[in-house]
Amino acid sequence: MSSYYSDLFSAMGINILLALSVYCPLATGQLSIGNAGFMAIGAYVSAMLTVHLHLPLFPALIIGGTFAGVIGLLVGFPALRIKGIFLAMVTLAFGEIVRNFFMNFLTSLTGGAYGFRGIGNVPVSLLWIWGAVAFFLVFFFFLAPSRLGLCMIATHDDDTVGELMGINVVYLKVGSFGLGAFIAGVAGGLYAHYYLYIEPEFFNVWQSIHMVLYLIMGGMLTFWGAALGAGIFTFLPEMLRFLHDWRGAFFGIIIIGLMIARPAGLLTREILRVDFWFPGQKGAKF
Amino acid sequence: MSAAPILSVKSVYKNFGGLQALQDLSLDVLPGQVCGLIGPNGAGKTTVFNLITGVYPCSQGSIQFGDVELTRLKPYQIVRRGVARTFQTIRLFQNLTTWEHVLVGQNVPARSSREGIFSAGGSQKKNLKEEAERILNLLGLWEVRSWKASNLPYGTQRKVEMARALATRPRLLLLDEPAAGLNIQETADLQKTLHKIREMGFTLLVIEHDMRVIMGVCDFIFVLNFGQKIAEGAPGQIRANEQVIEAYLGRET
Repeated sequence: MSSYYSDLFSAMGINILLALSVYCPLATGQLSIGNAGFMAIGAYVSAMLTVHLHLPLFPALIIGGTFAGVIGLLVGFPALRIKGIFLAMVTLAFGEIVRNFFMNFLTSLTGGAYGFRGIGNVPVSLLWIWGAVAFFLVFFFFLAPSRLGLCMIATHDDDTVGELMGINVVYLKVGSFGLGAFIAGVAGGLYAHYYLYIEPEFFNVWQSIHMVLYLIMGGMLTFWGAALGAGIFTFLPEMLRFLHDWRGAFFGIIIIGLMIARPAGLLTREILRVDFWFPGQKGAKF
Repeated sequence: MSAAPILSVKSVYKNFGGLQALQDLSLDVLPGQVCGLIGPNGAGKTTVFNLITGVYPCSQGSIQFGDVELTRLKPYQIVRRGVARTFQTIRLFQNLTTWEHVLVGQNVPARSSREGIFSAGGSQKKNLKEEAERILNLLGLWEVRSWKASNLPYGTQRKVEMARALATRPRLLLLDEPAAGLNIQETADLQKTLHKIREMGFTLLVIEHDMRVIMGVCDFIFVLNFGQKIAEGAPGQIRANEQVIEAYLGRET
């Protein structure tokens, strides 16, 4: 595979992971636009482990992801008290704190604003990235239709009533926030070891907003939607290269058009049901 | 008869800032009874439900469900002990189907077994599925089980709320104005459903303004006005009670 396509597919895989990392807390009604922060934690922690402690890749990725996940749990608890746009603002601020932290602290280990060089010990291949994608897709494939998955959607729709139906909303929300942070951390670790260079500036608000856009495009309440949105978002700008200067503008028009045509995203929960396609078999799929 | 009450509200007070929503309220609900909770708007009926289900803490007093003191428990713990409710303004999960509402309610019985939280397995799974089918059939929701509940007609949405609550296997079911907004046909239908539910042995506490429903299904009625209990008794006694008539219609001058 040429390096162009290799880069494209690796970006796509990482973007799918990032989309899933936003999907997970959003499925319980928590919008995070700070996941670039968790991604940065995963990227920096795993890179420090492989570069300075010469750890193998796999444990470094897991530790990086876990580190991000634990921080996610810590952020998740105070985040319980706030909802909607306020929660979004808090997560955004969190992402900025992380970015500034890696800009100004630990600079002897990470290079600070100059960027973290020399991550070449244990580079990841496409296989690693898509292996992780496959793992998390299978995970959500089993989670989403389960009772726990339904309780997540119920919490998303109305957390007060969810709690009155016996759901431990605190565990569910904090847990999904932490799991999302874990996935973002793993994605960050993969990113660092694929591109072999990271800098704090990369993990800015734009990164976080992109992750949310994947979901808005693909569909917010289905993990397939998250994956599809990330895929399209990665591929489409490349497909539009022939438009030269109009590429960015046209891409924007596509987003607006999609929002008008399918405001809930491409893949909604209904469209994924069997009886949407075969209306004769009412309730064929439970 | 002197069976131990399943629910015992003991001199409960609730203040919202300076507003005394409930004062020294005591109620006993016996197992197997259908009790009505009536009173003019703003009397504090829904507040009683919110205190029982743990939405608000009591300012004073205690609420006992069997041997369990409910006032110290969180809402989800109270549901797991066996108290489920519906809501005055319908509050369904926008993105879930009728069937999925029942599945969410069943997280309570599913959890109480060893099968774990992801999905119940084996015979447990089969039992829960059969139970879900029974609940949907009981309420006449089987035909619309794969509909998104938010797309259903109003009266049917009320039934989905009841199905979701029944799915938690409650020992006490609190219904907050189940007949509100229903047409005559739907109200008659509801009355039949309530009779069926009571025949199955559930204990019910019902807030309702529709007196035909209340007088038709209740064994015992509590009347609230301005946060205080002004009367309690069998439907016949309540209908003849001077204070109740005054609270509803005003004093003759």
